[in-house]
Amino acid sequence: MDVLIFIVGGTLAAATALIFAAMGELVAEKSGVLNLGIEGMMATGAAMAFVVLSLSGSYTLGFVAGAALGMVLSLVHAALTIIFRANQVASGLAVGILGLGLSSAIGKRYEGRTVAGLPENGIPFLSDIPVIGPMFFQQDIMVYLSILLIPATWYVLNRTKLGLTIRAIGESPEAAHALGLKVRLIRTGCVAFGGAMAGIGGAYMSTAYTPLWAEGMIAGRGWIVVALTVFGTWMVGRVAFGAYLFGSISLLELSIQAFGLNIPSQLMSALPYLVTIVMLAIISRNPTFIKLNSPASLGATLKLS
Amino acid sequence: MADAPPLLRLRGITKAYPAVLANDAVDLDVGTGEIHAVLGENGAGKSTLMKIIYGSVRPDAGTVEWNGSQVDIQSPAMARELGIGMVFQHFSLFETLTAAENISLAVSGTIPELSRRIREASARFGLDVEPDARVQSMTVGERQRIEILRCILQEPRLIIMDEPTSVLPPQGIAKLFETLRKLASEGIGIIFISHKLEEIRALCDTATIMRGGRVVGVCDPREEDARSLTRLMIGREIARPRHGAERGDGHPVLEVTGLNHTPENPFATPLRDVHLTLRSGEILGIAGVSGNGQDSLTQALAGEIETPDDRGSTVMLEGKAIGALGPYARRKLGLHFIPEERLGRGAVPIHTLSENSGLTTYHRGMVNWGFLNLGRRRKLAAETIERMDVRCGGTESTAQSLSGGNLQKFIVGRELALAPRVLIVSQPTWGVDVGAAAAIRQQLIDLRDSGAALLVVSEELEELLEICDRIQVMFRGRLSGSVPVRDTDMDHLGLAMAGDFDALNSSQTMKEPALG
Repeated sequence: MDVLIFIVGGTLAAATALIFAAMGELVAEKSGVLNLGIEGMMATGAAMAFVVLSLSGSYTLGFVAGAALGMVLSLVHAALTIIFRANQVASGLAVGILGLGLSSAIGKRYEGRTVAGLPENGIPFLSDIPVIGPMFFQQDIMVYLSILLIPATWYVLNRTKLGLTIRAIGESPEAAHALGLKVRLIRTGCVAFGGAMAGIGGAYMSTAYTPLWAEGMIAGRGWIVVALTVFGTWMVGRVAFGAYLFGSISLLELSIQAFGLNIPSQLMSALPYLVTIVMLAIISRNPTFIKLNSPASLGATLKLS
Repeated sequence: MADAPPLLRLRGITKAYPAVLANDAVDLDVGTGEIHAVLGENGAGKSTLMKIIYGSVRPDAGTVEWNGSQVDIQSPAMARELGIGMVFQHFSLFETLTAAENISLAVSGTIPELSRRIREASARFGLDVEPDARVQSMTVGERQRIEILRCILQEPRLIIMDEPTSVLPPQGIAKLFETLRKLASEGIGIIFISHKLEEIRALCDTATIMRGGRVVGVCDPREEDARSLTRLMIGREIARPRHGAERGDGHPVLEVTGLNHTPENPFATPLRDVHLTLRSGEILGIAGVSGNGQDSLTQALAGEIETPDDRGSTVMLEGKAIGALGPYARRKLGLHFIPEERLGRGAVPIHTLSENSGLTTYHRGMVNWGFLNLGRRRKLAAETIERMDVRCGGTESTAQSLSGGNLQKFIVGRELALAPRVLIVSQPTWGVDVGAAAAIRQQLIDLRDSGAALLVVSEELEELLEICDRIQVMFRGRLSGSVPVRDTDMDHLGLAMAGDFDALNSSQTMKEPALG
């Protein structure tokens, strides 16, 4: 039973950073803006949150600072692609690289330091339920928020006028503009949301999941987020599933090391990335689903005659 | 109406683009309850004028009066606030959304509320629309009805309709006209853009005719005939195509039996048991509302879709099975294809005409030891430009810099230069102005007279009736039997296009059994 509790609890924690960043990227892509700078935004968010937390001792301030810096970076991407109509791939890569550099500059003097991790917050009554309690309700606050973010994202995208507008803009920005929808404003908002969520995801990495700062600690998770969004065919549920799959396999990696099995560690480290992408690619073969859910104008700037 | 100001009054509207004066001092008056035609060829400035009225383009000079007071329409949102609605030629619907969701983006209200209003308005104006259906599964007719409903539900006082009939079967056109007359009788002004003269004469109260950015005439179209309107519109008369006496020998060149294909795209129509025979020296027309499987058919014939014979279907070219061959191999055997999309499929937009002419001709002596023979390619492009009277900046101008009609002339010329034995053409004159369309049709007829076999897919029945020898109708992936052109007419074709293949032959004596 303890093993199960360890696995479920650990998976939730391991997936949290991905859930935040992936929901943000999903919203941005649904509006038609591809953001390849997630890795850099997560790294910057992680460094900023770690530094602010170290200086102030406040987790709230740390997360706010991480989110804010992630958002600022994403707004650079938004300005380049939405106002100046730069290529989204090139701009995203550039801003991502900028973010990685920025994170190393911000965290320079903190390299290798640790902080106390975000404390766990048992939910009263629920956490006392045997098995289920420790599995789900003995986590830190950000895990709960990330879980709530999933249905919230789904609801906004699929059941609100705002979500309808976002999806319409992602399918055809020209048609949306002709209807008088504020294409640039909404796209900028979606990108900013994505940046803030990436920042929070990064902040979670450096202040809760592994409460330390080391350059490169995001270790490709930003890229996994981009892959999750695409291979999850832009469906909230599938993207979240991919994130949890990634989380559980990274946990497996730790367990196998603990059991002392002699598998090359490089292979083990690569495993979560491989399995997640292969799994999502397999469940996402249905072309109908892809056509229905993919933002048709992803990567395209609004063209006005 | 003489005293009251008109609903919309334009005076001296001028709009210049870097290379062209799109509107030159254009005046236009539209009254309440009036159906006003704006007639002109492609590039006459109709679209620019409509964009100015709808607020998506700002004029350089001139005034717009709305209900007698001068306004400056800065955006589509503002146009809609004033009460100006527009139904676009290329639909501005979102495919992944339902009809009601599409409408809710432009009209306030919750989805259930809107669904109710949609049903009410559908009944009132005879516009069948299912609010909960997704757009991508709809026919073009349904899509257009949604556009019109979306427009009506915004309670506009003026509706601009940009070539609304180009996508409809004949019955659909009749129904659309009924709806428009009903709207006009309720006091809504309608601007109806078209280049189809008969429609304008049947529907409109007034016609403003544009050529080269200017108004060249305002008339009552019911008092003019098609010839006088044409002369105004293009400044000269259009010759009917000449049919030569020479023909091929009539032997079957391309034979297709039992062709089935389920496309990968889940929203494309599958082909079901398609049979056709294409003979030397004839043009076979495929009529049908677009989206009924024509794309799959042309792709299967051209080789973009390979159909190996293992599933009981055969595609035979001169007795040789070619189902398993790709487009290149089929081209080498003399089967050529001119697709509907000129930019991106018929030609590479950013490449020069010279480079584009090499695309389909490189196996004909354009390559020496792996090196392109650039001089020869340029010469070929220049010859094509010359022969087809393509208006462009020369062989080194890019494909995307040409107007649709000119590029189409170039592409047709490029294929004709290779003397194809079989030519598959999809929508040869779609979006092409009247003069260029006539030239292209004449070229196709000349090719037939030289003994080639042609298959022409078109939504324009007038065109098919004009150039084809036989017609088959496509509906939901099935192909009807063939009927000689002299034994059918618009009405019967229209019925067949709606799925009633038995109605195809007006003389009621079927020469071949209808299939499907």
